[in-house]
Amino acid sequence: MTKLFRRLTGAFACLLLAAAALAQQPFIVVASTTSTEQSGLFPQLLPAFEKDTGINVRVVAVGTGQALDIGRRGDADVVFVHDKTAELKWLAEGEGVRRYPVMYNDFVLVGPASDPARVKGSKDITTALKAIADAKAPFVSRADKSGTHAAELRLWKDAGVDIDTAKGPWYRETGSGMGAALNTASELNAYILADRGTWLNFKNRGELGIAVEGDKRLFNQYGVMLVNPDKHPNVKKELGQKFIDWLVSPRGQAVIAAYKIGGEQLFFPNAGTDS
Amino acid sequence: MGDAEWGGLPIAASAVDVARGDTQVLQGVDVLIERGTRTFILGENGAGKSTLLRVLHGLIAPTRGTVTWGGDTSRPPRQAMVFQRPVLLRRSAAGNVRHALKLAGVRGSSAQRCIEHALAHVGLAALAKRPARVLSGGEQQRLALARAWALAPDVLFLDEPTASLDPPSARAVEAIVNDIHALGTTIVMTTHHLAQAKRLADSVVLLQAGRVAEHTAAAQFFSEPCSTYGRAFLEGERL
Amino acid sequence: MNTIAESFSVALAMITHLDPRVTAIVALSLGVSLTSTLCSAVIGLPLGAAVAIGRFPGRGPLIVALNAAMGLPPVVVGLLVYLLLSRAGPLGSMGLLFTPQAMVIAQTVLIVPLVAALTRQIVEDAWIEYREQLRSLDSSWLQSTLTLLWDTRWSLLTVVLAGFGRAASEVGAVIIVGGNIDGITRVMTTAIALETSKGDLPLALGLGIVLITLVTTLNLGAHVTRQWARARLG
Repeated sequence: MTKLFRRLTGAFACLLLAAAALAQQPFIVVASTTSTEQSGLFPQLLPAFEKDTGINVRVVAVGTGQALDIGRRGDADVVFVHDKTAELKWLAEGEGVRRYPVMYNDFVLVGPASDPARVKGSKDITTALKAIADAKAPFVSRADKSGTHAAELRLWKDAGVDIDTAKGPWYRETGSGMGAALNTASELNAYILADRGTWLNFKNRGELGIAVEGDKRLFNQYGVMLVNPDKHPNVKKELGQKFIDWLVSPRGQAVIAAYKIGGEQLFFPNAGTDS
Repeated sequence: MGDAEWGGLPIAASAVDVARGDTQVLQGVDVLIERGTRTFILGENGAGKSTLLRVLHGLIAPTRGTVTWGGDTSRPPRQAMVFQRPVLLRRSAAGNVRHALKLAGVRGSSAQRCIEHALAHVGLAALAKRPARVLSGGEQQRLALARAWALAPDVLFLDEPTASLDPPSARAVEAIVNDIHALGTTIVMTTHHLAQAKRLADSVVLLQAGRVAEHTAAAQFFSEPCSTYGRAFLEGERL
Repeated sequence: MNTIAESFSVALAMITHLDPRVTAIVALSLGVSLTSTLCSAVIGLPLGAAVAIGRFPGRGPLIVALNAAMGLPPVVVGLLVYLLLSRAGPLGSMGLLFTPQAMVIAQTVLIVPLVAALTRQIVEDAWIEYREQLRSLDSSWLQSTLTLLWDTRWSLLTVVLAGFGRAASEVGAVIIVGGNIDGITRVMTTAIALETSKGDLPLALGLGIVLITLVTTLNLGAHVTRQWARARLG
């Protein structure tokens, strides 16, 4: 009994010490997206930032909608997502200070080797999506208010498909992150819109492969914003701004460009442009 | 009346009714337990013996009527009870006695002396450190008595304490009860064994369906019962 | 089947090579779950015993509520604690969200009903056995509570282990209040969720095997202790 008690207090003490140690180092909380995390960018990016500034970055990775909501509640210092429309709306609501474009990557339409909608190799995403809707070929949607989901809905609209009426058993809404949705698509042998980063890092491909890529409309822009410190006094505005400044600096942009999977660059820095 | 010297005696139950749901377990019971006596409560199954015992100890409050201990309506300390099946904690034999002493406010070395004394008197000194629950039935009941002994009670209540014991263990228990009585403790006991009652009782309370059929001196009861029911009760035994 | 076989070799490699990232995650998992189990025991054991012995208005509904709360969905608990600890919430100024402390709080909230409800049942059964004798000995309500808690200690150990098992295996509460932050609030269960969603199923299952092994080892240790103590003390 006493031995168990001693072990428990030991573990508790370790936890307290660890917590204390963590509390010494300056840190910020960044709300970002699952696709950014699952692309594997952060283990490249954050250690470099920490080395340059000594600031620890704690990333909470959720869908874009939830990330912006975390910012709204003041539970994060910085928001780093990829849905320009939603970001601008968030700024207009007074939740943030200023939007800085950081980098872009692209979406790809991933599909089964059997290609039931006959879209493989196409460079036109809207005709491809129309073909999928007409063929009622299985399609997996994230349906989670993420940047990817928002892009998908925009593309359906551009393709002239009213997805709310057109959707049927062929259109599966999972309400999950990118990787989980890819798992589902892999199981169902379905088409799915994914960001290239997560796709390149994804290991459970099954029979899926890239069906459509290269269309300019598949462009996916990332923006970073500081949470409004006037609304939330607890926001670490100096540290947060340091992170933002570093991301758009030549050094940060170079680290982003240097991230490759299998020799292929994932993200294309474009800070300072109007994106 | 009711100060420490009198120690909560005599115990007077007056017009006591005990109802459980729709059943009347005791009805209009008047009993007086005098200091220093050995009172035995007899009766058939379901006559209310255990209930009356508990009412006299203060564990059950009567639905009607009163119980007083030396004139006081609140139950005094320095009473102990031993049940048919000994209720012992998951500790050593000595630990069980120590627990009771602690509740009575006796600790440390004086408690230790009481424990050794009590265990020696019931012949369990060698088993002091044994877990109470691994003792035999007879040993457990003797331990329960040792616990009661250690408290030096003014009244000791016993609810059929030898019912689950073999004859040698039963005799050992009876001997201990006599020893405790010899030290000045008043005994109130229920039993099914008329022979046992005959051996040990000074006074007999005979219950019939919740009422007192007879309350006389033991010698009188066993030679010439006053009530018809008393006679029938003893006849039933002889047959 | 291949995935399962592969995951066993991944698990073995993780255990033998003591990958520092994995050890950090394991240490945090144990720290959080053991701490929350300890807190739940401190709150739940006396609470369960008090409800077992006490007689007060509303006791029946309270028992039903405790029993029902054993089945609280972890994700719901996580959400409620998140709303409490968020900056926008009542306890926001404490800045506890997305920290291990928040995870301990959420898990404690989750397990206290389990510990209290099971303790209540065990102590109540013991109370039925001991009640008359304890009252005869003039044991106060508080003294009886302590006596019964100590007397049923081995059954209560099982209850505490059940609480630990539930804490160590849940993911819904800790992922919401902790945020699954790499190096800070990533525990075994949230790491498994992450690796699964990245499609790295062998790694996810490998972590799962490590987790199961840990919990089993702990239970084995407790079982051995109980057997030894039973033999010595009864």
